[in-house]
Amino acid sequence: MSASPETVSPVLSVRGLSVDARTPTGLKRILSDISFDLKGGETLCLAGESGSGKSVTSLSIMGLYPKASLKIAKGEISLLGRPITALPERQMRAIRGGDIAMVFQEPMTSLNPVMTIGAQLTEAIREHRREEGASAEHLARQMLDAVHITDAARRLTQYPHELSGGMRQRVMIAMALSCRPRVLIADEPTTALDVTVQAQILTLMRELRSEFNTSILLITHDMGVVAEMADRVAIMQNGRIVEQGDVLDIFERPGEAYTRDLLAAVPRLGALAGTEQPPRVSKTEPFIRTDSEPVLAVSGLSVSYGAKSGWFGAKQKAAPVVDGVSLAIKPGETLGLVGESGSGKSTTGKAVLGLVPFSGSVKLDGREIGGLSQSAMRPLRRAAQMIFQDPYASLDPRMSVGAAIAEPLVIHGIGNRSEREDRVAALLRRVGMDAEAASRYPHEFSGGQRQRICIARALALEPKLIVADESVAALDVSVRARVLDLMLELQEQMGLAYLFISHDMAVIEKMSHHVAVMRGGRIVEIGTRRQVFENPKDDYTRGLMAAVPIPDPAHYRRA
Amino acid sequence: MRVMREILRQPAALFGLLIVLVVVTMAIAAPLLAPFDPDNQMFDGLTLEGAPIAPGGPFLLGTDTLGRDLYSRLLFGARNSLIIGLVANGIAVSIGLLIGITAGYARGWISTILMRFTDLMMAFPALLLAIVLAALLKPSLWIVAMVIALVNWVQVARIVYTETRGLVERDFILAERALGAGHGRILFLHVLPHLVPTAIVWGTLGIATTVLLEATLSFLGIGVQPPDPSWGNIIFESQSYFQAAPWLVFFPGAVILLTALAFNLVGDALRDILDPTQRGRG
Repeated sequence: MSASPETVSPVLSVRGLSVDARTPTGLKRILSDISFDLKGGETLCLAGESGSGKSVTSLSIMGLYPKASLKIAKGEISLLGRPITALPERQMRAIRGGDIAMVFQEPMTSLNPVMTIGAQLTEAIREHRREEGASAEHLARQMLDAVHITDAARRLTQYPHELSGGMRQRVMIAMALSCRPRVLIADEPTTALDVTVQAQILTLMRELRSEFNTSILLITHDMGVVAEMADRVAIMQNGRIVEQGDVLDIFERPGEAYTRDLLAAVPRLGALAGTEQPPRVSKTEPFIRTDSEPVLAVSGLSVSYGAKSGWFGAKQKAAPVVDGVSLAIKPGETLGLVGESGSGKSTTGKAVLGLVPFSGSVKLDGREIGGLSQSAMRPLRRAAQMIFQDPYASLDPRMSVGAAIAEPLVIHGIGNRSEREDRVAALLRRVGMDAEAASRYPHEFSGGQRQRICIARALALEPKLIVADESVAALDVSVRARVLDLMLELQEQMGLAYLFISHDMAVIEKMSHHVAVMRGGRIVEIGTRRQVFENPKDDYTRGLMAAVPIPDPAHYRRA
Repeated sequence: MRVMREILRQPAALFGLLIVLVVVTMAIAAPLLAPFDPDNQMFDGLTLEGAPIAPGGPFLLGTDTLGRDLYSRLLFGARNSLIIGLVANGIAVSIGLLIGITAGYARGWISTILMRFTDLMMAFPALLLAIVLAALLKPSLWIVAMVIALVNWVQVARIVYTETRGLVERDFILAERALGAGHGRILFLHVLPHLVPTAIVWGTLGIATTVLLEATLSFLGIGVQPPDPSWGNIIFESQSYFQAAPWLVFFPGAVILLTALAFNLVGDALRDILDPTQRGRG
């Protein structure tokens, strides 16, 4: 297998694969004519937005697609020259985990929580390699070493909840590679992980590819990951491959309009180097507030969860989730709050709206909110609103869109029925939607539309500050870019201040005037965007920036 | 109005609704419909050997071991059984909803006390509790209904509690709090509507079990008091004659089954119709 990838026959070959979904109104084609080859030791990325058919493709190869609702209409999948499309389940089982292994997106749920790591790893080994007892265990320890998990002997006796997310994904990879598969299918393997952990896992996968000579089919929505990992890339849209080829060609000379749009929508870290402000998006004169007092002034904010005691439990003091945070936001400005999971950034966002108990001082629009009762807090709520991460979860599914947007007006007793209806219509148009959307229900809208609805709802009370907690993290890149532009436009026209919470450095760079970096409940660095991004003082900030995958394959080829 | 239209469009729901209407009409119009006095032990209601008469002939569904007309007893029994099934069960579901939702939303010591009390009630043998309560209070139809309600709310409370706990963790509840919505608004407009399906399913499933629990109590002498008929006590009075007179168990059994099924069908349809996320789906 030392020959160059071009000269060897493909390990995995997909020819004209079409998949139909069974719907009440008959069969509906969801994958059309997918063809690609995966050669030995090669990494092919299937890239596309949600609903493009990436995951259905990988599940079809594994024979793991839901057979009650999907049906392979035509096409051939062959592994090492042997067709596997019509193989009986018994023989497919030997291939799965043997010749083809798979790593899933969610390391938190893809390990069995009641089995030790060792038991799960040796089970996979025994299933396919007929290694028994001590030798299976020996191999398991070797595999953990290979994925750089230290203290392997002890890890084997631990349960999944005792391991971090990145560690669990390493275990999943170890499990997948333990039977020396020819093909590793990785479905969004790093999407659920922090950016620094993602960088480690991607490095590990590259190492293992050369060490085990495994071909990798990597499914991802992240063009940065594609640039970093792929030899070749296939861009998918609506169940078709619109374009495939060498990663450098695709990135530098995209042939299809869709590919160009997709690449253009990716925010690039460092794109705004040398400028102070977020990009202007509207042509109108910006709204300038005359008051320059900060909308939000926070000093010495601390939050601890779980310090309460139960009836039978001893009183215990939990470690603070947020520890002595101070920050201020002026009208019309955005403070980007960036950090990895567990850094306390979301809790900070909830605390400044008085949604979690805290100690320290939070002044909203000049008034202290600490210690206020629910009813005393209500008038202050008009000054600050929140937009959540998951637009699917933050709208009541049983309430029509119009009622949801009007609800803040009802709560605060603003206007009568017809005035509120007019206001809802105006708000919907304000966020770029039809006024007739008011009578429909949230499930009838896409993620991007729902996030627009959430924004309209947050704007209903004409707040001065909006806390946006990972508000675009659940959206596809092209939708994300449009929602971010909408938020910038609203800021320019209404003088809104944002506390913009995100784990995504590129998004933070695009949106912020000032940036605060959080780690372990503390702010490790705060300053103007230019200071933080172009001249980071703190090691952690530097590490965070270095870990961000850059959507430019040439960058990695040079390295 | 929309609910009615939707029900008319679903054959199963329509079937259920028709049976429910028939049963309710039978109960209300029992004095008009019954050919005989349900409590009258008629001389010609027994054979010369003293055995009950089989269905057909002057007695449509036959007679029981005391020579009473079974059809008339079923009609009057429908009154008592429906009151037990609807009222007792309705009260049980309401108590369960109230306790479960309060405990799930309030947290802290209120939640602890309510749920520990629920656990205590769950651990306590329901029948024993019912016997004690019925013995303390003089048995009558309404007392029996209360007793059953006080025993049956426990499972509902447990399930509603768990669902509420999950609901209040969801972002849209946090979003409501960020808007400044009060507890009442959140509970009644945003939590309660999500519990309606659970309440409907439990409410309709509970009708059959409630009718049977009443029968058990009747058997022990603390349910609906003889000679007043209820579907349950008709079965229990006659079960030892099952071999000789199977119709005495079969007809009331079939009526209970059919009624429970009908309420279930209507309940299922209501649950789907009231769920806006199901609207416009195939």
